Amino acid sequence: MASAFEYAPAPESRSVVDIAPSYGLFIDGEFVDAADGKVFKTVSPATEEVLAEVAQAGAEDVDRAVKAARKAFEKWSALPGSERAKYLFRIARIIQERSRELAVLETLDNGKPIKETRDADLPLVAAHFFYYAGWADKLDHAGYGANPRPLGVAGQVIPWNFPLLMLAWKIAPALATGNTVVLKPAETTPLSALFFADICRQAGLPKGVVNILPGYGATGAALVEHPDVNKVAFTGSTAVGKAIARSVAGTDKKVTLELGGKGANIVFDDAPIDQAVEGIVNGIFFNQGQVCCAGSRLLVQESIQDELLDSLKRRLSTLRLGDPLDKNTDIGAINSSEQLARITSLVDEGEAEGAERWTAACEIPSAGYWFAPTLFTNVTQAHRIARDEIFGPVLSVLSFRTPDEAVAKANNSQYGLSAGIWTEKGSRILAVANKLRAGVVWANTFNKFDPTSPFGGYKESGFGREGGRHGLEGYLDV
Amino acid sequence: MSESTRLNVFKTYKLYVGGKFPRSESGRVYEVTDSKGKWLANAPLSSRKDARDAVVAARKAFGGWAGATAYNRGQILYRVAEMLEGRRDQFVREVGEAEGLSKSKAAAVVDAAIDRWVWYAGWTDKIAQVVGGANPVAGPYFNLSTPEPTGVVTIVAPQDSSFLGLVSVIAPVIATGNTAVVIASEKSPLPALSLGEVLATSDLPGGVVNILSGKASEMGPHLAAHQDVNAIDLTGATDGGLARDLEIAAADNLKRVLRPRTEDFAESPGTDRMTAFLETKTVWHPTGSLGASGSSY
Amino acid sequence: MPTTAPAALAFADVTTSDSALRRFLHGLPGVDAVGLEARAASLGTRSIKTTAKAYAIDLAISMIDLTTLEGADTPGKVRALAAKAVNPDPTDRTTPKTAAVCVYPDMVATAKAAVAGSGVKVASVATAFPAGRAALPVKLADTADAIAAGADEIDMVIDRGAFLAGRYLEVFEQIAAIKAECGDRARLKVIFETGELSTYDNIRRASWLGMMAGADFIKTSTGKVAVNATPANTLLMLEAVRDFRAQTGVQIGVKPAGGIRNTKEAIKFLVLVNETVGEDWLDNHWFRFGASSLLNDLLMQRQKLATGRYSGPDYVTVD
Repeated sequence: MASAFEYAPAPESRSVVDIAPSYGLFIDGEFVDAADGKVFKTVSPATEEVLAEVAQAGAEDVDRAVKAARKAFEKWSALPGSERAKYLFRIARIIQERSRELAVLETLDNGKPIKETRDADLPLVAAHFFYYAGWADKLDHAGYGANPRPLGVAGQVIPWNFPLLMLAWKIAPALATGNTVVLKPAETTPLSALFFADICRQAGLPKGVVNILPGYGATGAALVEHPDVNKVAFTGSTAVGKAIARSVAGTDKKVTLELGGKGANIVFDDAPIDQAVEGIVNGIFFNQGQVCCAGSRLLVQESIQDELLDSLKRRLSTLRLGDPLDKNTDIGAINSSEQLARITSLVDEGEAEGAERWTAACEIPSAGYWFAPTLFTNVTQAHRIARDEIFGPVLSVLSFRTPDEAVAKANNSQYGLSAGIWTEKGSRILAVANKLRAGVVWANTFNKFDPTSPFGGYKESGFGREGGRHGLEGYLDV
Repeated sequence: MSESTRLNVFKTYKLYVGGKFPRSESGRVYEVTDSKGKWLANAPLSSRKDARDAVVAARKAFGGWAGATAYNRGQILYRVAEMLEGRRDQFVREVGEAEGLSKSKAAAVVDAAIDRWVWYAGWTDKIAQVVGGANPVAGPYFNLSTPEPTGVVTIVAPQDSSFLGLVSVIAPVIATGNTAVVIASEKSPLPALSLGEVLATSDLPGGVVNILSGKASEMGPHLAAHQDVNAIDLTGATDGGLARDLEIAAADNLKRVLRPRTEDFAESPGTDRMTAFLETKTVWHPTGSLGASGSSY
Repeated sequence: MPTTAPAALAFADVTTSDSALRRFLHGLPGVDAVGLEARAASLGTRSIKTTAKAYAIDLAISMIDLTTLEGADTPGKVRALAAKAVNPDPTDRTTPKTAAVCVYPDMVATAKAAVAGSGVKVASVATAFPAGRAALPVKLADTADAIAAGADEIDMVIDRGAFLAGRYLEVFEQIAAIKAECGDRARLKVIFETGELSTYDNIRRASWLGMMAGADFIKTSTGKVAVNATPANTLLMLEAVRDFRAQTGVQIGVKPAGGIRNTKEAIKFLVLVNETVGEDWLDNHWFRFGASSLLNDLLMQRQKLATGRYSGPDYVTVD
């Protein structure tokens, strides 16, 4: 929006974080080189600047890390729960203390706005550890019988969209229940996990309880397939999730998968419109739409479609895209050139299929990976942009006439992770929520997260739940 | 005894699909013998098309069954127990023949199976309270997690425990609102096929349970790969690498998979056979304050 | 009905009866309190620095209705206030003037004389401020008296009792009557006392009621109750004027009043304006702050920006 009130740049200081030129793998409490000496570079997606060189774990390193975790498991699982709890409380506190540093780091490595890392990611990370810390000595009361046992070594593979938060979702419940962990962060965002290794050191966590192995897909596959891993937890694409499900077939490995989505955000004609517009914006443009539970399909009742779209476009025009470290930035960088290429190709396909594209006018920085907030109208269920997960700031708008039709369209997807309902009519919320085949339903809100609240999908969005009491189950032998 | 003067009327064992009793569309049957090898009956040798029809029936029944009140489901499961009790003698005989049990041992098995229906009948309206609940999120939101049925569940029923095992795997699946496509024990399918007759007279809507006799190795791969099946219970897939193969096929649409495990069906079952086929849905809604005179936070 | 406001004509059919008006007002989209407050809070995290801050501070100063509404007000107090409005910072003549001084009707003449020639307007509260508990003729007389004494702007209060009792048409007609009294001699600000209306749905309804009845400005509060202007209720009213203009083409001003005491808060309100209705409202013809102590904090911040040092209360005037 052109305005007389131009906000001067308000960048968060980079000096709060000290990134070393190179990082090793974190195995058995030490930073070590990869056995084959391989390294890769991690860049800032907003500037394409190389942030650091990171050791790339191979199969041999995976084996070493799993052995370290196995060795540590005996003592760690035998610790009284109250002692494990205190380690986790320590970790939660250290994260709170270092949250500004970690927020800046995450923004640098991921490209998401500092506003989000500061106000969403980091508070949720600390809260998650704090929440599961409290479970460690209360497992007898969790509803899984007396003295539920841990599984052993957990192999965990996490995505790049919420690097530290996904780490917290994986590691906190694993450690609280007495498992030890080998975690592979995504290749484009390894740094916060490596900083987390330092937090483990500060917390005095016993060696080998947490091992961090940066690497690409092959590293993840080696970890998941390692015969001495008892538990596999994966967050990422549905395609990889299926491959993992195949690879663990016939084993005793317990698996939880948190995969893709194509969330429907349903707006009825009696919705609180201004809040619905905010919810739609938050639903698809939070973290540049690189969110598995994004409300990427807007289902709007036909009678208010024009009015709602006008409001939505007006609102989108106020979004500020640019330097993720600027405290006023709403839309940061896309995480990688690969992801940008994927978004671009799906958007091109949307246009080719005849959907009508509207993109907010905003200046795109010359370096880095960017995609301006975009919406498509005249989209039908038959369009690929209405079915495939785009994982970017692209909203597909579809209309419906009746609640039945809204539910049918919302459920007409291979996915079943999230959905939104906007109406002032209480009974309609409950009726529609009841019929939606999705693991998380946000009514008159969207994209809310909390460590006490179970999260996870139906259908091809995966299985198992993370968060809450339910999140313990995936790490217990029950 | 009248046996010497009167010829028995044999029963034609048929499948139970969509509330009806069809023969296999393939027209095939196979010989079922008792534990000593004596001919008992010819059972339908179901084909992949029968399996497909069963999935269609199970899907069609899902909305109504999942949407029925938990109390109603409980009443119906209890009705199954009542109907079984009335046909107790028939099942004692069939189970005895199938599993080579003495009459008293077979009776104990049948009693346990009837009691299992009663156990799960009582669970229908309690499981949500036990595994669901309110989540105290840090914000002005009401947040509730409730369990919901996964959908259509394929069950490879236990091979040896042809009746108690069968009931022990079907009842928990449907108690929570799922619908089932069951592949009965290959060598001892008769109690399962007879159970279909009981279910049909217990107010259970057609299609909620569909029972197929035949080979798990033949139908299993199609059901495991079927894109409109949401979960698979591999309890009876104990043959060679069948369980692994089916689990691999099941990954195509990320079915929930319950792997085979050693299990004593005479023991108290617990809840994990129910929770294996439950999703958790979490619904958020703002609470806010009563008025605009202060912050909701 | 004595109204000639152009917007009122557009809504003639919904203002024919209490029931028609109720149907219209209750047909407005609902407000989700948590979502509204979250949006307001989120805009409150904007970081306004350096040049943007300097711009915002001057803009905020220029938007102040510098207010004294005390039983103990005297001509001397009002003259001092007026002097401050005209010349907020004696040490820096580049400081903008405030938009207006806001006083009780009996102080209008004094204020008018004190600001004469400066361009600073005189606003007067009226209609039995702050309770609004008087008969219409009294309210009209109160208004006429203020205008006669030279008031450029009238800040009326609505009858919250009538509103809460559902007598919307009565509230509408009172506003229209006061508007008719103002004619083109004074701009009319309509105060809802949002803290007494209590719910956001009521605030949205009152906003539309006021705008349809001919308000030139809609204003949150009197400053005399526990809850006055908040980011959330002001955001809601900004949404109302935005939607009203989209529907009728008529632009209405917004005035949060009471409780805005420092620069940081004032800038948050300007961010709300900027990102909700945009630059068309970033002008003291369309947006005001009803405040008194706010001005000194803005002046201290302004001095800090100019000198690089933190200022102190002894370096701004106390009136």
